[in-house]
Amino acid sequence: MATTFHAALENLRTTRVWKSIFRRGPAITNRTRSVAVFGNLFLHWLPVKVREKSLRVRAAYYLGSLSFLLFLLLVITGVLLMFYYHPAAPNAYRDMKDLRFVVSNGVFLRNMHRIAAHLMVLLVFCHMFHVFYRGGYKPPHEFNWVIGVVLLLITLFLSYTGYLLPWDQLAFWAVTVGTNIVSAMPVIGSKVRFVALGGNIVGENALLRFYVLHVVILPLLAFLLIGVHFWRVQKDGGLTVRSKDDDGKN
Amino acid sequence: MSDTKSTPAPDSAHASPGPTELSRRDFLSEVTMGALGVAGLGGAALTYQYFSPNVLFEPPMTFRAGNPDLYPENSVTFLQDQLVYIVRTAAGFYAVSAVCTHLGCITQWKPEADMIACPCHGSKFQPDGKVIAGPAPRPLPHYSINLAADGELLVNKLEIIKPDQVLNV
Repeated sequence: MATTFHAALENLRTTRVWKSIFRRGPAITNRTRSVAVFGNLFLHWLPVKVREKSLRVRAAYYLGSLSFLLFLLLVITGVLLMFYYHPAAPNAYRDMKDLRFVVSNGVFLRNMHRIAAHLMVLLVFCHMFHVFYRGGYKPPHEFNWVIGVVLLLITLFLSYTGYLLPWDQLAFWAVTVGTNIVSAMPVIGSKVRFVALGGNIVGENALLRFYVLHVVILPLLAFLLIGVHFWRVQKDGGLTVRSKDDDGKN
Repeated sequence: MSDTKSTPAPDSAHASPGPTELSRRDFLSEVTMGALGVAGLGGAALTYQYFSPNVLFEPPMTFRAGNPDLYPENSVTFLQDQLVYIVRTAAGFYAVSAVCTHLGCITQWKPEADMIACPCHGSKFQPDGKVIAGPAPRPLPHYSINLAADGELLVNKLEIIKPDQVLNV
């Protein structure tokens, strides 16, 4: 069985379609493995060689990777929720209730989105603390640290914009209070609040604005910066920050 | 008629341009960067205008509060649609905002304690809007209140008046 499968795979590798996609032979030597990683859009930002040390659980407790996995989970569940949700005044609340009580498995998706969002904020903070206490903000990682801080802010903004979408009392007052905090900014505060809400009160305009930010602008920005973040990890010399002590011990 | 004849000393000008002279390339790139800057600023201004709505479907800022006889003397009445208290004292009428000056929550009139209280962060106000306790930084504003031609109370939320201005009916 295994040999026939192997033979079939070998056979597949000789087909024209396979060769047109991968354009190289099997990755059996170090060189062909590197070339395989370099030439793949989805892998090219990974280092071609990874130190075993940096893959250990204790290296980073996979906090960044888990944050990214939660982000992907949130994108998937979020897109599925969008199929039933209207960002408009009477509909939004009813759609949220429908998702909980009427739509098949809707409550599962909604809760997954909600819980994953809470967890992502938690994990992103844990990731930041871990990187901070390991000195991951020091050269040559300074720029990536700044990108990480921006990603933290985007995570919080995503949480906040998503907070309004259920359109219940909690959402309404949370955003009323939050945007009033914004209006405490000197000089431009009330203008910023007016533009953020699209009016003087939390109404339909505000719901639509927060929705567009939540489902389009902030996720795209997050995707872009996550890409740069991962790419810089490789360019800055791999995952673990090696101190002199580390080198001495290992 | 060539350029070299009309220009007095083309070679020397080319070799040692004065401190204020620009090369054609520098001039064009500066003009281009300037134009892009102006276009960027204009674009930012247009975007800001686009995001500031001109028509709002919000409750009107002026409203009629009914006949003055509806309000007994020494009473505080909460108008839920307008988020305003109509207060009638022996001196007359005034209209106080019901929106907390701290973070915009809707306050509640507590007749048993004779005060206005905010449920969000615990600010407390006198019926005339003065802060008794809590994080509210300012007293509740008084809105302009007048009598319409037909004798009904007319409140204008766009016009904030001093707390000592009272409508005597």
